[in-house]
Amino acid sequence: MADLTTVFAGIRCPNPFWLASGPPANCGEQVMRAFDEGWGGAVWKTLGDPIVNVCSRYSAVDWNGQRMMGFNNIELITDRPLELNLREIAEVKKRYPGHAVIASLMVESKREAWHEIVRRAEDSGADGLELNFGCPHGMSERGMGSAVGQVPEYARMITEWVKEAARTPVLVKLTPNITDIRAISRAARRGGADGLSAINTLNSITGIDLDTFTPRPNVGGYSAHGGYCGPAVKPIALHMIQQIAGDAETNLPVSGIGGTSGWREAAKFLLMGCGTVQVCTAVMHYGYRIVEDMIDGLSHWMDRKGFRTVDDFRGLSLPRITGWKHLDLNFRIVARIDPAKCIGCDLCYIACWDGAHQCIHLDRAPGDGNGPVVPAQIEAASRSRIAVTPIAKLATSPIDDGGHGPYRTPLARIPRVDESECVGCNLCALVCPVENCITMQEVPTGLPRESWEQRATAAASRTGH
Amino acid sequence: MSSLPLPANLERFPDLHPALSSQAALVEANRCLYCFDAPCTAACPTHIDVPRFIRKIATGNLHGSALTILASNILGLSCSRVCPVEILCEGACVLHRYNEQPIQIGRLQRDAMDHFYDGGARLPAPRAAARPGRIACIGGGPASLACAAELPAHGCDVTIFESRPLAGGLNTYGIAEYKLRPSDSLREVELIRSMGVRFETAEVGRSVSIAQIEAEYDLIFLGAGLGAMRRLGIPGEDLAGVIDALTFIADYKTAGTVDVGKRVAVIGGGNTAIDAANAARRLGAEEVHVLYRRSEKHMPAFSFEYQRSRQEGVRFHWLVRPVAIHASDSAPQRAGAVECVRVDANSPDGDTRPEPVLIPGSNFLLACDMVIPALGQSRLWSFLEADRGIQFENKCVAVDRATGQTANPRYFAGGDCVNGGREVVDAVAGGKRAARAMIRVLEARHG
Ligand SMILES: Cc1cc2nc3c(=O)[nH]c(=O)nc-3n(C[C@H](O)[C@H](O)[C@H](O)COP(=O)(O)O)c2cc1C
Ligand code: SF4
Ligand code: SF4
Ligand code: SF4
Repeated sequence: MADLTTVFAGIRCPNPFWLASGPPANCGEQVMRAFDEGWGGAVWKTLGDPIVNVCSRYSAVDWNGQRMMGFNNIELITDRPLELNLREIAEVKKRYPGHAVIASLMVESKREAWHEIVRRAEDSGADGLELNFGCPHGMSERGMGSAVGQVPEYARMITEWVKEAARTPVLVKLTPNITDIRAISRAARRGGADGLSAINTLNSITGIDLDTFTPRPNVGGYSAHGGYCGPAVKPIALHMIQQIAGDAETNLPVSGIGGTSGWREAAKFLLMGCGTVQVCTAVMHYGYRIVEDMIDGLSHWMDRKGFRTVDDFRGLSLPRITGWKHLDLNFRIVARIDPAKCIGCDLCYIACWDGAHQCIHLDRAPGDGNGPVVPAQIEAASRSRIAVTPIAKLATSPIDDGGHGPYRTPLARIPRVDESECVGCNLCALVCPVENCITMQEVPTGLPRESWEQRATAAASRTGH
Repeated sequence: MSSLPLPANLERFPDLHPALSSQAALVEANRCLYCFDAPCTAACPTHIDVPRFIRKIATGNLHGSALTILASNILGLSCSRVCPVEILCEGACVLHRYNEQPIQIGRLQRDAMDHFYDGGARLPAPRAAARPGRIACIGGGPASLACAAELPAHGCDVTIFESRPLAGGLNTYGIAEYKLRPSDSLREVELIRSMGVRFETAEVGRSVSIAQIEAEYDLIFLGAGLGAMRRLGIPGEDLAGVIDALTFIADYKTAGTVDVGKRVAVIGGGNTAIDAANAARRLGAEEVHVLYRRSEKHMPAFSFEYQRSRQEGVRFHWLVRPVAIHASDSAPQRAGAVECVRVDANSPDGDTRPEPVLIPGSNFLLACDMVIPALGQSRLWSFLEADRGIQFENKCVAVDRATGQTANPRYFAGGDCVNGGREVVDAVAGGKRAARAMIRVLEARHG
């Protein structure tokens, strides 16, 4: 059975799943319930001088009827008194000594202020500190959060101040709102950080109310940009984590954050080199209970793969990412359609015609070989075919729209790929609604591996440059 | 009449397929794959661009969705409620082949149409200049409505002649209340009126002669449907308490004058027999018996209608044939029982449907207070009896399949009078097709 116990930057916990700093880790009562449900750690809602929040605070992007594909907030750090939070951290640590409690911190950019809060957080019993250099809204207008996280010198300086006082591991939480995240990850390293957390939220305006013209969330007729998170940001998070986890100059453990809602996303963050995975939006959506399947699903997957501990597979995907210039130009795949699985939606046909390379055809049904080819011709032909209304059959079985032969879909609706023209882009396989109906299959070219870099170098040496 | 639907009917006949909530419609709309050259569109007799209107629901463009539907089918509201989608669009949905429920096209269409009518039924203003040539549509049912609705946009002058006080034909008077209420049918009539179509309440052949119409109109569309219901031709048919299915349905829907009694016998095995039987149950009959002369598997009603009827508690008697209706002992002018004879199960069957073979001596009595014959409608065309060059086929008006034109080139036809009695959507397709052909004729004539 898989063993999920984790040691991250020296911090021990029963599993690598932590609540990210945010509403689910706002108070001790919540964090204890989360630990009861199975969470391995929690990064407390960011501590600092209490602030005042506005109403409303959140907005979301729904997609195809699914709620909260992306999530946006304009909330600030904790609005609870520091003493109260610290008392509760102490209480949680007393009752859950084996779980990780990390104090997230943000104060004004003064050395004494940082020293003071580090000392008080550690006195409460926190296992580590996370410096919030990432919050992109509100706090940044006061010179904190991402205002620090976007300037390498500030990030390094504050990390150094913290390290002067800290006895526990110090994590720096990075903002993605920056051209190259490595500028800050390296600054954190130089400042003495023990680890990184990434990513914080992305600057965003989620949408506009088309009746009032006010973007959401609406605060008395006005809005402000917020921080974007939830499933939509996972690909961005994975990329940024790949950048820092694969960076020799950074070389720090990373706690991965951004869009995780289940064990699969978590596994991907771990494969990308993360030591722990933090979750916020999915807990806000479904509650702490999601951790049960995160543990269960990851354990089963590890068992299937023969991994005993997380360290057995941590970072395995990192070496599989390289520069484009190193990819093999002689690797060739083409799309193959399984006619027995095809349901005849013809989405691959229109996708390849309008969005790829015009090499999927609707010409399987016997004809004179001069049949319609481009989409408009196909539609016109079918309009003329159906112009005479059929007399509805008095039958209750689904209409047989002319299908015959070996497949349940009419042959005329099963597309065919012209493999000699297919560029192997994947688009048709991505749009096909039927699992494993279109597969991309390798066509050996017989040519040796050759990258763009090699080809360019060879060309340059031929022309003598 | 303005108080339709009758309040009691709202209670007795809740919607068969209730409206989707807007969130549910959104989820369902997003399930649609947006197929290219979609088979559901091909399966719809009016060829509504189904993926296009569903996508517009998904994007929140409900008005555009409704206009997409109406562009192909002006009776999109009634069709969304009464179409047998199982054998039409939804039957053709590709998701069947993916072991998934087909998209609920009918309910999504209803969503868009409800939005359209609740929002004031705004159609874009037509732009066509008036063109010479006048068109008369005889009959005010779905075929004529669909035909007439096509014409004003092309500048044509069109008048519908309807003999009943309300237009809409069977949509108003003849469809089970839990599927379509007369008020919804009348909303569609009003929409078509607002497009510039004139309605005249007159019975062609009686209050206005066919010669008069020929004198005043260039082209004539026959959309008069079928005639009265066929009679049983057995003793006792004229007793009180014997009422044909269509009259019975029209009465309960628009007049509210129906007293069904305790036991009702419905005679026939078509969809109208089922509608009448279900209605009789909902109107309070304790027992409703459907008598059909052939076996279960030969019943012409859609099997989903039959199943629904069984859920309503209707009892079915196969292979029985009524031979007489007897008066009640207590009221000699009223029906009190149906006398039936059993039919030999081995009677020959087939397309020609020979007369069933009766089993001698198998007579029995079924007591009842009401008898509802539902034998289908006659196909008599009294006002066309004087030869006008129109040809008939199986007692239906014969037309060119692509244009709806009859053997007399001034006459076009569509709907039940052509197909012998089918779905509303078939009538719409027939009316639309004839309208387009008539426009071509007028264009050729007047430029
Ligand atoms: C396959 C693909 C190729 C693209 N190529 C280009 C390009 O050549 N030049 C460019 O400016 N943007 C390119 N883009 C980016 C798009 O123009 C656009 O900025 C981006 O996809 C975001 O818009 P979307 O969310 O609507 O896709 C490409 C996008 C895709 C998906
Ligand atoms: S892989 Fe791309 S080019 Fe090839 S058939 Fe599919 S869509 Fe067309
Ligand atoms: S997308 Fe898939 S299911 Fe649809 S037509 Fe193409 S191969 Fe068939
Ligand atoms: S066939 Fe089904 S999935 Fe495809 S467009 Fe029609 S309703 Fe949508």
